[in-house]
Amino acid sequence: MIQPRKRQAPCVAQQVLDVGRETSLVNPRVPRADRRVPCIDRQMPRINRQGSCVKGQASRAARQAPAVPPNGPTTQMPQAPVAALLCLALSLTLVAVFASVTDVTLAQTPGETVELTFWSWRTEDVEQYNRIIQVFEERNPGIKVRFIPYLNTEYNTILSTALQGGGGPDIIHLRSYGGAEVLANAGYLMPLDGVVEALEEFPQEVLLGATSRKDGRVYGVPFAYQTVQVLYNQRIFAENGLAIPQTWGEFLELAGTLKERGIIPFANGAKDAWMLEILWGAVGPQFYGGTEFFNEVTTGKTDFLDPRFVESLRRLNELVPYFPPGYMGVGYTDMQMLFAQEVAAMFIGGSFELGIMASLNPDLEIGAFPVPPLEAGDPAYVAAWVDGSYGINASTKHPEAALKFIEFTATQEFGQMFTDELKQISAVPGTVPTDPTLAQLVAALHEASTPYLMLVAFRYDQPTGSTLLQNGIQEMLAGLKTPEEVAQDIQEGLSLWFEPFQSRG
Amino acid sequence: MHRWVEKRVYIIMILPALVVYTGFMVYPLFTSLLYGLYEWEGLQRGAFAGLANFRTILWERPFNVRFFNAIQHNIYFFALTFAIQSTAGLGLAVLFSQGGRLMTLYRTVSFIPYTLSLVVVGFLWSLMLNPTWGIVNKALAAAGLGAWARPWLGDPRTALTAIILINAWRWIGFPVLVFLAAIQSIPSELHEAARVDGARGWQLFRHITLPLVMPAVLTVTILTFIYDFMAFELIFVMQGSSGGPAYSTDVLGTLFYRTAFGESVAGGDIGNIGLGSAIAFLMFLIVGTVSLMAYRWMTRRETEY
Repeated sequence: MIQPRKRQAPCVAQQVLDVGRETSLVNPRVPRADRRVPCIDRQMPRINRQGSCVKGQASRAARQAPAVPPNGPTTQMPQAPVAALLCLALSLTLVAVFASVTDVTLAQTPGETVELTFWSWRTEDVEQYNRIIQVFEERNPGIKVRFIPYLNTEYNTILSTALQGGGGPDIIHLRSYGGAEVLANAGYLMPLDGVVEALEEFPQEVLLGATSRKDGRVYGVPFAYQTVQVLYNQRIFAENGLAIPQTWGEFLELAGTLKERGIIPFANGAKDAWMLEILWGAVGPQFYGGTEFFNEVTTGKTDFLDPRFVESLRRLNELVPYFPPGYMGVGYTDMQMLFAQEVAAMFIGGSFELGIMASLNPDLEIGAFPVPPLEAGDPAYVAAWVDGSYGINASTKHPEAALKFIEFTATQEFGQMFTDELKQISAVPGTVPTDPTLAQLVAALHEASTPYLMLVAFRYDQPTGSTLLQNGIQEMLAGLKTPEEVAQDIQEGLSLWFEPFQSRG
Repeated sequence: MHRWVEKRVYIIMILPALVVYTGFMVYPLFTSLLYGLYEWEGLQRGAFAGLANFRTILWERPFNVRFFNAIQHNIYFFALTFAIQSTAGLGLAVLFSQGGRLMTLYRTVSFIPYTLSLVVVGFLWSLMLNPTWGIVNKALAAAGLGAWARPWLGDPRTALTAIILINAWRWIGFPVLVFLAAIQSIPSELHEAARVDGARGWQLFRHITLPLVMPAVLTVTILTFIYDFMAFELIFVMQGSSGGPAYSTDVLGTLFYRTAFGESVAGGDIGNIGLGSAIAFLMFLIVGTVSLMAYRWMTRRETEY
């Protein structure tokens, strides 16, 4: 009775196991819809494939139904359908239990379709990812990939809980820098350098986003750059006869002109501290001197008390008069609305805003330029960072299939699809976006790029450079601290764990 | 033997609750203390660290600055809430105890916010206080008080007070209800006797009502204290886990959350379970000791009719 069913078992078993793993380890705070997604899809093929077996069980159960003891509590009414259902449920459970026991040995029968799970925090990108995955599946028959996104804010917790329990997906959408390193150092990820050959084509600074500083190995294929710069409303600029400013002075002058004409120059506010790091990330490099300072400060040749750094903070104050009224209370979503609804002319923000803006106001024509340098002709740095990467779970049951998918993500073909579908800058070398605004971003990036300082180098321990900087700028803009005091706080906080600073004494 | 069993049968009665309580309260409490005694590298528990995490929280900058800053905000949170509920709250309760249709209506109205979810309350008020399109600043401008308009939740000087007032607005129905019940349970002979003796208005309240409502006030105060030292949701909804702007609304709850689990969206802190557990344990210590002391003090001076 059990023996023949064993033959059919693997698919069901895999599903049952996976469902169990996904539902039980998932953080209870996940919205129910998210938790259900994996189960519902999976139940469908299971019932179909087991159809004949299920029918047999059901009819036998129905036949047995009248044999319920006559003095049982259910004899008053015709209960056969209920009894049949009960038996059906019971037999299904039994099938599931036996099947799951036999799973492990039969999971990798050759010629079988392998299904990879791919977890992500990009709930907004399901359609786009599914289209990309479809291309991969056509190229690689026998491998199916299921994209399962979780809520952005919950993703880290869900993923780490699952990994700690020995589960988790086959393909992992990894955060960058410290976020990936934590998982790599805990041994949850498969090293990819030397395995995925295409990685050798990636620039060193891009790979840093997926490298563990502990063993120097690469654990993911980076997928996107994000950059910070000025996004502007092309219609407002054209109507007011404004040109892209070439110097910091022209930049402030332009903001002044807009303000005089009753248009809010910048959508930026200060309620959400993390947006202040973005703001500083766009403005700062022109004043602290970009990559040169980055190299000095990350090796301990200088520190954050450096006058160049203090200057980069002080310059932010010059923009404040052109922020929206009540800017201290203007939060991230307010900023987006101000810019999308064409109330504000410029928004100093990340390249990731482009996709969001397109959905908020499809008619909005956005242009982009780097924050202009002090003197015309000086490099106009665009700060960039790697947004994350694709990695492989070290305990995956399908390493070959997972590797095939990861190798696919490092190809030009994938890069092109990624940038066209998702309107982001692909990290695959040589990819040219078709979107004109994105192409502008990439052009400016190739002109003069610099690492987005705190994220790239100072987010590895508490207190992170980002936390100190974000809140420090907030204190400065609220008038509670001077740029010097903010720099002092940052230096003091980072000295707790950043070794090059400790040896400076 | 039979009597012995009978006397101890209560153990079986409380067993289910005891198991649940031990599993979900006592055990996590002790593991959290244990977690606080280890070094943590991201998700991995490292070497035994003794009291190092506690030392970091209490004596090492900037952790101690954040910790004591948060405690001060909790104390302010409690003090202001207490002041509001034991004046306005008690006043309303006395007013509602007069009876009448209008008072019944007001009583219901004052309790409605308490039935709303904190998340809803936080969201509604952030919309109303929004400096760009919020109704509060627009109403001020319409009333000719445009100069008073400010980014209430974005200004470090007003943010915490604004949140406490919003919390009080939502919470006040509860103390009013408890006070009202206490007032209504005072035997009417006491007031009548005092009136015969010539007591009027304030004297009646000061010498009859107040002493007899005092136990209720103290109970509610202890509850408020516990609640305010655990404050988290409203601030998290309105200001995020960074307790911004510039840490002006940071309380122990948000500090704990941020330290233990990190801030994945803002990309600020990465989580440190050890430090987080140390904060959680210190929170427990403060709330536990103070509530216990207050409770013992209260039971000792209970007034009887």
